[in-house]
Amino acid sequence: MRPPPPIGLLAELTHRCPLRCPYCSNPVDLARRSAELDTDTWRRVFREAADLGILHVHLSGGEPTARADIVELTRAATEAGLYTNLITSGVGLKQDRLEALATAGLDHLQLSVQDVLETEADRVAGRRGAHAENRSVAGWTVAAGLPLTINAVIHRGNIGRIEAIIDEAVALGARRIEIAHAQYYGWGLLNRAALLPEREETLLARTVVERAQARLEGAIVIDYVAPDQFARHPKPCMSGWGRRFIVVTPTGRALPCHAAESIPSLEFWTVRDRSLGDIWERSPAFAAFRGTEWMREPCASCPRKEVDFGGCRCQAHALTGDASNTDPACIWSPGRDAIRSAPPAHRRKQVVYRKYGQARQSPVNRR
Amino acid sequence: MREDPARGRFVLLAPERVFDTNPTAVEVLRRCDGERTFAAIVDDLATAFNADRMRVAADAAALLGELATKRMVEL
Repeated sequence: MRPPPPIGLLAELTHRCPLRCPYCSNPVDLARRSAELDTDTWRRVFREAADLGILHVHLSGGEPTARADIVELTRAATEAGLYTNLITSGVGLKQDRLEALATAGLDHLQLSVQDVLETEADRVAGRRGAHAENRSVAGWTVAAGLPLTINAVIHRGNIGRIEAIIDEAVALGARRIEIAHAQYYGWGLLNRAALLPEREETLLARTVVERAQARLEGAIVIDYVAPDQFARHPKPCMSGWGRRFIVVTPTGRALPCHAAESIPSLEFWTVRDRSLGDIWERSPAFAAFRGTEWMREPCASCPRKEVDFGGCRCQAHALTGDASNTDPACIWSPGRDAIRSAPPAHRRKQVVYRKYGQARQSPVNRR
Repeated sequence: MREDPARGRFVLLAPERVFDTNPTAVEVLRRCDGERTFAAIVDDLATAFNADRMRVAADAAALLGELATKRMVEL
């Protein structure tokens, strides 16, 4: 049976990034520039995406503006008929280049911020001056007439300043803000023990966000990505495996989710050899957990199986050792305890900053 | 707003959002070009569909008000 068409493409254009955030969800084994897809291949992928029924393309990374051809790629995606969203930290992006992106047809810019406190933001980003550059880009984005979303990844170090982060986003002119608790994949998983907030702080965060949503209705849209540690049920990860989204990595592998390479049993196809439509319909990795046939108990007989699709396959693999198990974020998961107590390999308090060459030393997330 | 040929509809897009549109919303949003005033858009719709101007104004205001709250349109 042919699966219904996808709606979103996450184009991870590069793993290169001037920042070194320890919560990054990129794999620990980062792809190098020489292994990246070229401009023409991405152009073809964007056309195939639009033909397949995809509406949104998220130009992401790493830092997508580290690609010398980012303006050309944006134009290609726009000309293919896709809604283009640039996901950037803004660091290294100059005003004339941002204006060129707007002229190329960029529809929206999503700017990640680390904190409201400059010293803290620069410390987490692992780069002095990152905060100041980032705020300049926010100003240029609004001045260029582009809709702006602010994205803040929440962890132990900034969870007490969520309200200030939201208020700053309003002041910067953002139409939308995502307050997203860190997702523990890649570097985030490696640093989980150092990043996880305390239970009380996590519970308070929701109240802070709900109060802000009420106070700021009409001024800014606040999207909240809840933390898994104290949830009752898992999130419908990627809106269901192989159901709505395709991720293409810097080297061209097509994934059902950006962390899927952490599951060693999956066979991924690459856009270098195949069309996106062929991959969507026939690749083993997309078929592996599509629908509900693959489920075990307690998912198989669960009334929520079409609501959350068993949660996140990568988290099930990382924390229970088997990707077909129920996501341990679910209260009905036999592996539930794993979500709050990291396995020993991840139990370090010292953060590891994102960098090339770490994979050789790391016990987790080899590709 | 753009056409979604794979699913035979018009959609309103924002990051992480796809709003399905009904034919009325499509007609209203097509006319929102950043130039025309609300009154001009209502006049045009009332003429084009031979509809009561007050009714058109109320419907269009409700639609645009809701989208403005979602920060999807600027009023």
